[in-house]
Amino acid sequence: MTATARQESKGSGPFKVVGTRTTRHDGVDKVTGRARFGADISMSGLLHGKVLRSPHAHARIRSIDTSMAEALPGVKGVATAQDFPIIRGQALDFSGAVSNARVTAEVILAHERVMYAGHAVAAVAATSPHIAEEATRLIRVDYEASRVERLGSGEDTSPGSNIASHIQLKRGDVEQGFGEAEVIVERELSTQTIHQGYIEPFASTAHWAPDGHVTIWTTTQGIFGVRASTSAILGIPESMVKVIPMEVGGGFGGKASIYLDPVAAVLSKKTGHPVKMVMTRKEVFEGTGPGCAAIMRVKMGADSSGRITAAQFWLAYQAGAFPGSSVSGGATTGTGPYNIDNFLIDGYDVVCNKQKTSGYRAPGQCQANFAIETVIDELAERLGMDPLELRLKNVVKEGDRMPTGVPFPYIDLRKLEETMKTHPHYSAPLEGPNRGRGVAVAFRGHGGQGAPATMNVNADGTISLITGAIDLSGTRTTVAMQAAEVLGLAAKDVILTVVDTDSVAQTGTTAGSRVTFEMGLAAIAAAQEVKRQMSARAAMLWEVQPEEVEFQDGVFTCNRSPAKRMTFKELAGRLARSGGPITCSVYAPSTGIGPSFAGNIVDVEIDPETGKVDILRYTAFLDAGQAVHPGFVEGQMQGATAQGIGWALSEEYLYTEEGAVANTSFLDYRTPTSMDLPMIDTVIIQVPNPHHPFGVRAVGEVPIVPTLAAVANAVYHATGVRMTRLPMSPGAILEALEAKKAQE
Amino acid sequence: MQDFEYVAPTTLEEAVRLLDGNGLKVKALAGGTDILVQLRANRFQVDRLVDIKGIPELNQLSCSEADGLTLGAAVPCYRVYEDERIARLYPALVDATSLIGSIQVQSRGTVGGNLCNAAPSGDSIPALIILGATCEIAGPKGRRTVQVERFCTGPGRNVLEPGEMLVSLKLPLPKANSGAHFLRFTPRKEMDIAVVGVGASVLLDDARQRILSARIALGAVAPTPLLAREAGDLLAGREASEAAIEEAAKAARAAARPITDIRGTARQRTHLVGVLTKRALGTAIARAKEGKKP
Repeated sequence: MTATARQESKGSGPFKVVGTRTTRHDGVDKVTGRARFGADISMSGLLHGKVLRSPHAHARIRSIDTSMAEALPGVKGVATAQDFPIIRGQALDFSGAVSNARVTAEVILAHERVMYAGHAVAAVAATSPHIAEEATRLIRVDYEASRVERLGSGEDTSPGSNIASHIQLKRGDVEQGFGEAEVIVERELSTQTIHQGYIEPFASTAHWAPDGHVTIWTTTQGIFGVRASTSAILGIPESMVKVIPMEVGGGFGGKASIYLDPVAAVLSKKTGHPVKMVMTRKEVFEGTGPGCAAIMRVKMGADSSGRITAAQFWLAYQAGAFPGSSVSGGATTGTGPYNIDNFLIDGYDVVCNKQKTSGYRAPGQCQANFAIETVIDELAERLGMDPLELRLKNVVKEGDRMPTGVPFPYIDLRKLEETMKTHPHYSAPLEGPNRGRGVAVAFRGHGGQGAPATMNVNADGTISLITGAIDLSGTRTTVAMQAAEVLGLAAKDVILTVVDTDSVAQTGTTAGSRVTFEMGLAAIAAAQEVKRQMSARAAMLWEVQPEEVEFQDGVFTCNRSPAKRMTFKELAGRLARSGGPITCSVYAPSTGIGPSFAGNIVDVEIDPETGKVDILRYTAFLDAGQAVHPGFVEGQMQGATAQGIGWALSEEYLYTEEGAVANTSFLDYRTPTSMDLPMIDTVIIQVPNPHHPFGVRAVGEVPIVPTLAAVANAVYHATGVRMTRLPMSPGAILEALEAKKAQE
Repeated sequence: MQDFEYVAPTTLEEAVRLLDGNGLKVKALAGGTDILVQLRANRFQVDRLVDIKGIPELNQLSCSEADGLTLGAAVPCYRVYEDERIARLYPALVDATSLIGSIQVQSRGTVGGNLCNAAPSGDSIPALIILGATCEIAGPKGRRTVQVERFCTGPGRNVLEPGEMLVSLKLPLPKANSGAHFLRFTPRKEMDIAVVGVGASVLLDDARQRILSARIALGAVAPTPLLAREAGDLLAGREASEAAIEEAAKAARAAARPITDIRGTARQRTHLVGVLTKRALGTAIARAKEGKKP
């Protein structure tokens, strides 16, 4: 936190609570170790489950013999895909929504075919994790190895190819646009499979009670998603499954998918005991959904004034073993910061024998942004223009259309880009050899699905706010702050609890940067309803009309008789004896979260003898709309930037010749450590969102999007080498420098 | 990971008896920062772990201008780099011990364990080689001494026979006008394994212009950490000049026998041997020149 940031803790704008840096509701539990995460469950009779995974990247399963495993003392049960009713009840079908429960079942336990090395094949429940693990080694699987599709390049577009789907977006006439161009840049770029790298591995405990009720304690981004998938896979009604959320040690999109819950439930049914399953880090890397690798081709032209006349963008994203990559995320946003009259965008969803990919913070958008922003940087260089000037020349504004054709609502990307351009970092001298500065700008659009909330007034004047939205990043606090703002209370007096699936209405998954915005709308709606009911109660007690009661700064007054005055707390204390408690449940429909924009300026220094990149200075910019909790917003910006730097410089799945992941630990999957990262300075601009009463915008994902390209552009300006493949590892940079030297 | 027997003897004799497992798979446990991770990853199995941390002789750390350094096999890295006498006399050992793993690993992991683990990339081993360390070994047949550069015999393998254990490392007192440095290349600044590690020590003449002798040791470029003898020897009698350093770097590159793996290509490693040898020699010479005049 910078000194200036610390000073503004009194709050900004017209708000008392929103905009302050209040203490995090779950902070003490988290720092004292009291918070309970997925693996912290224990109960009597608990068994431990372990999964057997395929060593083959692609093979037919001829047979599975579990008899030796079952005979091992301590083993209580073994499960295979045959134990999922949906496997026999439905055929695999990729025609509709690709993430249907039948496909999920196939990912969770392979049936007939293993599709990637690490694909789960069977599971064992035993009296200790060690016995369960040993038993998995006693399961005999007869595999018939098949041809491994590793490339996933999207080159082969013939029928029967491994392209699962194709998305196309177009506007104008690109040939005509390229004809008007003074300068045209063409590049092919690629990024590799990367993992979200959440600290907490997947963990789930299930108990199948004799009456058929299934209870699941799990680490997830969405309890209702777990309930829907689990009940569908197990062939039981949703009402028979109760999902209890544990604290989540990082998700970043990866924990919107499920892997263990139905397996633990089946093992519990078979054994009559609760069964707990916790993945190892190796299992997380090889058995859960990473982010997509991508190959992209960009052709962009601009006239001598810097106006972009045409853009052609070809994207092939590796979905992994089953369809459903994030290519549409890239295709619909990559060119988003620019108002381009002529474009043609083709996105391909390509399957190959790798892990089925999952979302990762702004799914699909970082890859596309890396491609587009690299080419924008090169266009600026070829035109002799300042790269931010070129961006400003083509900046989108309210009423311009997104690549999807949807018009932009009220936005001010120009303000963000001008803030970057006038920031001291942008003009600071960067002297010395092997140093360079890079910039990039990113757009992310957000949908919305609405959110329910329940609110109760407690006799001591506090509020219980009950939701089903998993808190990944401090949203208990940011949502409570919005209710507190409406009710004139302190943030700490709104106690937000995230409850299980039986205790609250259907709530969407925590994803798409939506909780502070959408659950905030629900909290505001509930607070307004509580305010209405409280005013009515005051009116009843005072024997006046409800319209005569006013509520301001936490105090009820009667405009007819100034002597009548009650604080929120005083009135709360009188509820029980004046008609009973006040409670309400609301559903706030989505107003559409809308776009967010972010930008980065970064300085790097390269060691030309080793190829190592050192980051000298980093400034992240974000239009947060009204920042509900500026400290949390800065945290999102810094965390996202750290992940983006890892993606840019050091993170990638390495595969063996046979298609297995070779680096299944954090030792060789190189997420940057704190020592590898610079202090990441943050600049929040606040262009209010017209779709939210306080002007809030989505902040969780867009800050990662510009980082890959910003770092790559800085590396270019330091070395003169365009790194078109990520990560820009020391070895890769060294090779590129050698190749450049050989050319000269 | 399967069940195993854990024993914690308090005398060398008892430890030697327990380590000679009579067919059982037995390993010595010091800090456990390698062995526990390897057991959990099912890299191998053991029937018995002999915790040697309770044996007084193995916790010995004595450093004096008279006898040099005696470093017990169970002394964790932090005790090495927090010792002011070691920092003054053996800065290259501080270079190495302060970059093994992380602060947490250094609080537990030992130099002796790093050596016995015999990883080609073991960070402390090139430093021990250039400083002329010897290994004190105890076993059923009594004691013996081995030069540290002969201790490792292959990846994960060393000269210890069943029942034998490393007791301590002895480092001779550095001569006046000498200096040494260890450095490695890793993509990350911590929590990483050397792509290449290089240690260099030099002894200068009294005028501190000419190199009398030098040792260069390489890590992660052969099945074991390597003493690049020719590279060091060719510096003997030479001016401490850029040209001489360049020649030594070339000889070090020639001595390297790297492989390509997920941490680096053979080509990259050979290149880095040259780069790091020059840097290691540069700092070693600078340190030799900085030292007190005899």
